[in-house]
Amino acid sequence: MQQLRLTRTRRAALIGLAGALAVSLSACAESKRDEAGGGGSGGTMVFGNTGNPKMFDPIFNDEGETFRITRQMLDTLIQNKPGTADLAPSLATKWTPSNDGKTWTFDLKQGVKFSDGTAFDAKAVCFNFDRWYNMKGATAQSQMIYYGDVFEGFAHNEGTTKGEPVYKSCEAKDDHTAVLNLNRAKGAFPAAFTLPSFAIQSPTALQKYNADKITGSGTSITYPEYGYKHPTGTGPFKFDSWDQGNGQITLVRNETSTMPQPAKLDKLVFKVIPDENARKQALKAGDINGYDFPAPADYGLLRNDGEQVLIRPSFNVLYLGINQKNNPLLKNDNVRKALAYGINREQFVRSKLAEGSEVATEFVPKAINGYTDDVAKYPYDPAKAKQLLKDAGAEGMTLKFYYPTEVTRPYMPNPADTYTAISEDLKAIGINVQPVAESWNGGYKDDVQQAGKQDIHLLGWTGDYNDAGNFVGTFFGRPKPEFGFDNPDLFKALADADAAPAGDAHTKAYQEANKKIMDYLPAIPIAYPTPAIVVGPKIKGVVASPLTDERFDNVTIG
Amino acid sequence: MLRFLVRRLLQAIPTLLILSILVFAWLRSLPGGPASALLGDKATPEKLANLNHVLGLDQPIFVQYFKFLGRAVTGDFGYSLVSSRPVMSEIGTFLPATIELGITAMIIAVVFGISFGYLAARFRGQIVDNVIIVLTLVGVAVPIFFLGYMMQDLLSTPLGLPSQGRQAPGINATAVTHFAILDGMMTGEWDAVWDAIKHLVLPALALATIPLAVITRITRASVLDVFNEDFIRTANSKGLTQPVVRQRHVLRNALLPVITTIGLQTGALLGGAVLTERVFNFRGLGFLLAEGIDKRDYPRLQALLLLGALVYVLVNMLVDISYGLIDPRVRVR
Repeated sequence: MQQLRLTRTRRAALIGLAGALAVSLSACAESKRDEAGGGGSGGTMVFGNTGNPKMFDPIFNDEGETFRITRQMLDTLIQNKPGTADLAPSLATKWTPSNDGKTWTFDLKQGVKFSDGTAFDAKAVCFNFDRWYNMKGATAQSQMIYYGDVFEGFAHNEGTTKGEPVYKSCEAKDDHTAVLNLNRAKGAFPAAFTLPSFAIQSPTALQKYNADKITGSGTSITYPEYGYKHPTGTGPFKFDSWDQGNGQITLVRNETSTMPQPAKLDKLVFKVIPDENARKQALKAGDINGYDFPAPADYGLLRNDGEQVLIRPSFNVLYLGINQKNNPLLKNDNVRKALAYGINREQFVRSKLAEGSEVATEFVPKAINGYTDDVAKYPYDPAKAKQLLKDAGAEGMTLKFYYPTEVTRPYMPNPADTYTAISEDLKAIGINVQPVAESWNGGYKDDVQQAGKQDIHLLGWTGDYNDAGNFVGTFFGRPKPEFGFDNPDLFKALADADAAPAGDAHTKAYQEANKKIMDYLPAIPIAYPTPAIVVGPKIKGVVASPLTDERFDNVTIG
Repeated sequence: MLRFLVRRLLQAIPTLLILSILVFAWLRSLPGGPASALLGDKATPEKLANLNHVLGLDQPIFVQYFKFLGRAVTGDFGYSLVSSRPVMSEIGTFLPATIELGITAMIIAVVFGISFGYLAARFRGQIVDNVIIVLTLVGVAVPIFFLGYMMQDLLSTPLGLPSQGRQAPGINATAVTHFAILDGMMTGEWDAVWDAIKHLVLPALALATIPLAVITRITRASVLDVFNEDFIRTANSKGLTQPVVRQRHVLRNALLPVITTIGLQTGALLGGAVLTERVFNFRGLGFLLAEGIDKRDYPRLQALLLLGALVYVLVNMLVDISYGLIDPRVRVR
């Protein structure tokens, strides 16, 4: 009897539990049927993404894993020439600044349509610029990272946004001429018009799906459906589906695209695989046709398997940061120069970085406007380093050396290796190194960039667009806890360079600023690493871009 | 029994409440924070302050906690900072994968673990026993991620099994419950069912190794103990046949500690699932958790850790109930 009652109770409990589970699951179930792609012969390419995209309204995005996808669907006014950082026509066939740099006139490509069938014209361009400028809500503004960087402020700044807006107005002179009026010239233009955040989207779709309805609720941010299901642009692919459960984003050929033509592939699938080894295995097994940022140590293995490892021209810099705040000895120019002479950068680049990487002579890579070879150089010379330290009374100084763990960046594939190589060199010139390893998202960036706890540290930067200000302006344009110095002369040189109108004057101003930086040496540029992208043996038409700006419209599967 | 169940459930409430405080405080004591993780390389002090303000992370911690608790009791755990989707909806999407993987791994571990353990005990000291002991040692010692990569490397291509994911890109199954196999059966998409099973094999085998090894060893030890009990001698002397003695007396009594182990291993399985899902890109709760930790996604982590605690409490309850079913002495108490 006892046994029987127990069985019933147990059964009831189990049925109850199963019922609750079924109800809860069906409540949040959603049906998604993927429509079959077009009947072309282009096939499907599957690309391994390292992380989940955020959503596909690029103005609220700032990370590469999302841009990789939006770039295929949404076009910008100007783009980068494939494989380079040079500017090339896109939705604008021509762009002309006024003499004072405050007005930009765009001649627009004709006969272009958005994938929802509406026409792309000057009104659509102005609609997008006005949309960004008039964006309301502290939450929405806080997520417009690149807009904040480039345009600095909004019609009505909310929350803690403080900048004075660069943008003034936009007028559609006729269907194919859009004129952008700015409050002041900015050196980031025209290169910044290539940023995927500033892609031009269909005004009709933006309004239809309430694209601006971003809300902050409690401790989180919610976006409207537009960015998840309806991104609408002019590109060679258009959005098809996003299967959150399987981490798959599917784009299909946009048959009506004239940018420059519909894609050759029927379908382009992005599959999210966060683990590097899992990506490698998936490529080997044929589950995917390519992925980004393979580890340099794997290049040989991948090639042996027949994969194509495409090396990108460098568009990044790895540096050894120096914080002058905590250790007075580091305020001495000669001590900083001693560190530079004491590091064998040639050997480090040869032994620890991928093929094609070079020793950095300044803080901008060679591909950038404003790079100059005419800067003070610090070749490896340990004897000179020791002498400089001795003269400065800094022999045997102790430096807290911060480096990150649990991370790999395009400019720093292996932080621990980088730390080891550099710290050994520093020890060899008589410096005591105190290592402090911290997890990248677990406090490293905060301690180094916000709190400035370190004496020296490893960090770097991947460029967003072809302008030196995006590098040196970001690092040294104002006092920062990361570097702990105050050099008004240098800050002014960088501000002047940023304000110099596009063209020769702008480039020269940055060349001068780069000379000043390398004379003063607030940090030590180490290397220009070259990351890679890997695709399977049958994939044709992928051109490795320094800006990770690979377009897959020309890709075919052989 | 019902009273026992209700009492155990009521006991769970303060446990979960204390846990919620601990989880909440622990997450916020971790170095780094969501704003810094979300802003990545481009973080500046102004942007960080702005985002912290927008997310309400600049408020006193107890204010944040009570807001969280107020919403949590209504089942609202907020929105993920990474995906901007409601956390409960994310869990609804990803939990079925973990349940599929966990149940498959546990079935493998229990069926083979009890069989191997019994075999090893029965042939104690012989070659079968020694081989099983060595294999279980290896099973416990080899880390899942190493084993996972080895399996992908050595088994995936020759056996034609997918090395990662839950679904091949070409398969477009209809998601009803998010249980891939069940969904395929419900909609009659048998290619999707077969595809889902193929995707389950390697990760389930990898995840099963540790519980399989542990269950084998516990079963072996437990069966050996029971073999030496007086009541077995009695049963034998009464002239009962060996199969009857083994099934009715030996196995039934030997299974008590094994059931406790199965319960504990089910809890531990969650930990293993995090690594397994990462290695095999099997998108379940472990996958969500890993991404949440990486991005310091407080709302998601709070929900997942509390859900984990709830599962532990429920599994322990089930263990107690099974004890009562198998051992009458427990019921009497």
